[in-house]
Amino acid sequence: MKSVFFGAVSAAALIASAVHAEPQAEVLHWWTSGGEAKSVAVLQEEFASKGGTWTDMPVAGGGGDAAMTALRARVLSGNAPTAVQLKGPAIQEWYEEGVLADISSVAEAQGWADVLPASIAGHMKCEGTWCAAPVNVHRVDWIWANADVLEANGIEMPTTWDEFNAAAEKLAAAGVIPLAHGGQAWQDATVFEAVALGILGPDGFRKAFVDLDMDTLKSDEMKAVFDQMRTMRGYVDENFSGRDWNLATAMVMNGEAAFQIMGDWAKGEFMAAGKVPGEDFLCASVPGDGFLYNVDSFAMFTVDGDDKKAGQDLLAELIVGQNFQKVFNLNKGSIPARIDVPLDEFDSCAHLSAKDMSESSDNGSLLPSYAHGMALRGAQSGAITDVVTAHFNSDMSSDEAVNMLADAVANSM
Amino acid sequence: MTKWLEENTPKLVLAPSFIAVLIFVYGFIAWTAWVSFTRSRLLPRYDIEGLIQYERLFASPRWDTALNNLFVFGILFILIAMVLGLILAILLDQNIRTEGAIRTIYLYPMALSMIVTGTAWKWILNPGLGIEAMVRGWGFESFTFDWLVNPNMAIYTVVIAAIWQSSGFVMALFLAGLRSVDGEIIKAAQVDGIPTWRIYTAIIIPSMAPIFLSAFIVLSHLAIKSFDLVIALTGGGPGYATDLPATYMYAMAFSRGDIGQAASSAMIMMMVVFAIVVPYLYSELRSKDD
Repeated sequence: MKSVFFGAVSAAALIASAVHAEPQAEVLHWWTSGGEAKSVAVLQEEFASKGGTWTDMPVAGGGGDAAMTALRARVLSGNAPTAVQLKGPAIQEWYEEGVLADISSVAEAQGWADVLPASIAGHMKCEGTWCAAPVNVHRVDWIWANADVLEANGIEMPTTWDEFNAAAEKLAAAGVIPLAHGGQAWQDATVFEAVALGILGPDGFRKAFVDLDMDTLKSDEMKAVFDQMRTMRGYVDENFSGRDWNLATAMVMNGEAAFQIMGDWAKGEFMAAGKVPGEDFLCASVPGDGFLYNVDSFAMFTVDGDDKKAGQDLLAELIVGQNFQKVFNLNKGSIPARIDVPLDEFDSCAHLSAKDMSESSDNGSLLPSYAHGMALRGAQSGAITDVVTAHFNSDMSSDEAVNMLADAVANSM
Repeated sequence: MTKWLEENTPKLVLAPSFIAVLIFVYGFIAWTAWVSFTRSRLLPRYDIEGLIQYERLFASPRWDTALNNLFVFGILFILIAMVLGLILAILLDQNIRTEGAIRTIYLYPMALSMIVTGTAWKWILNPGLGIEAMVRGWGFESFTFDWLVNPNMAIYTVVIAAIWQSSGFVMALFLAGLRSVDGEIIKAAQVDGIPTWRIYTAIIIPSMAPIFLSAFIVLSHLAIKSFDLVIALTGGGPGYATDLPATYMYAMAFSRGDIGQAASSAMIMMMVVFAIVVPYLYSELRSKDD
């Protein structure tokens, strides 16, 4: 992998020095798999059609870890890429290292403040100036279900956790695995935050996972969240350890399991298998109010030279442009970050997602996902995930878990 | 001039690699030590802040698990691999006809990368696919062998896979050692009517002490730097039950943007290595002086 990485860097450097047209952009991202690569190609073509030169710098592997290592090396050597796929508080973390550029002129000319939901726009700003451009909105707190299995067992989509537990007991008695789950730390965290949103409510979730309020982290409600996690541990099959999320989705697809709690990238799996939303599979938000988002974005790094700055501005304009937002999100299964994109070509799950997003944005329950690095910095969210996954994979009591949670968060500061 | 060259050529030839080692090994060790005393997050910073990273490290339950796992894994792995390797070597040493073929078979796992070993054992040990499913398929419905998904037992699956991979190599080391024992002494012992097992315990094995030491050093550094096997076999899971210091360090440095934490865990790992290697070097150097 190392040699691939160095190969990619040197190839990118060669191309960058060989071409001197304007505007220029070198883009570091890890969208390399099928649908994602297609989505990036859309942006690339649009960029080229406006006379720009795009230098692609894809670094695959490790869910972005490899790309971050490449970025660190580039920044330390004083040669940052024009734009980098970054998200959440990582943007501000890089800003504090003093390497992000100001793209406020583009953002103001394009009126981003009017078309982006306020809490998502907040992630794109560094101390008041715009420094990143959002690409999409993934909703994390989805529950997916096999329509036939639910119908055969006379079960409605649950709207409370008690209903979910009752449905799960019924399914287990009928010999169906109630919850398809993969025992990887990030998947444990995904289920945990969905449960937490339902039980703590939007305000409690914000206090616990955005403000890291110690009282909320140790509260009885948080114990109830861990209790529910313990209950749900009983609803997964015994073979779940280490399973990839798409294999869990396949279990729902072929009727082996009934439910899966996962972000809307799972929809892509259903769609790719030719399943129809509303008929073959059902999508609903998990029990409780609120909307947990995972927004991909490109952060703009400080670069030298007018051609590169022009490329940066053009790139930012195109990323938030209506056309790219539509085409990209149709490919990726997410919804556009800007609220004025017509959704005619999107499916019913995306319509539900868009409706919930604008409603929750109005009533203040549009919240960042902690499990996907939107709410907290790496050290803090990692510390929470350690506790969540340790609890889920052992017989730890809920009292012990909340104490460990508070200690781990304090220790990560 | 020629005299000067004669005297200094070895130094000149060695100088580049000496400088490279000085910078890229010891220089970076010093750099890591420095960083471990700072509050570096995403990028390294150089303002010394004291022992904060070490305090955080030892307050972290995950690091506790990782260090415990290292000792459980290290001790079991080294002990069993050496005992098994020795037994295999002694059995092969009985002048059997197909020795060459058998030796190759036992040595072959060494040719696989740890990733392949880990993936293969992941399938073998998976309760739904591997041994458990097979035995249940034979009709023993109550048979359970779920170590891979049991947080209390998962570390032992790593031990099993690592032993499978390395015991053939230890066998080869010991076989070479057995062959290097002076045949005259053994024949003399046989003439005296000493039973074979006494020949092994009283003559051959004691005279192989240096081989034991080399095997121990090779296996212990394999144990301390193990990373790929855990990643492929369990991914550190269930939860973080099979985390090792190396996987902890990787997670901190590359996934969590906590370089200070990673540096301090790297320093502790190095100290563990030193605790093993320094006594070894000391005894080696001293015996040369005698």
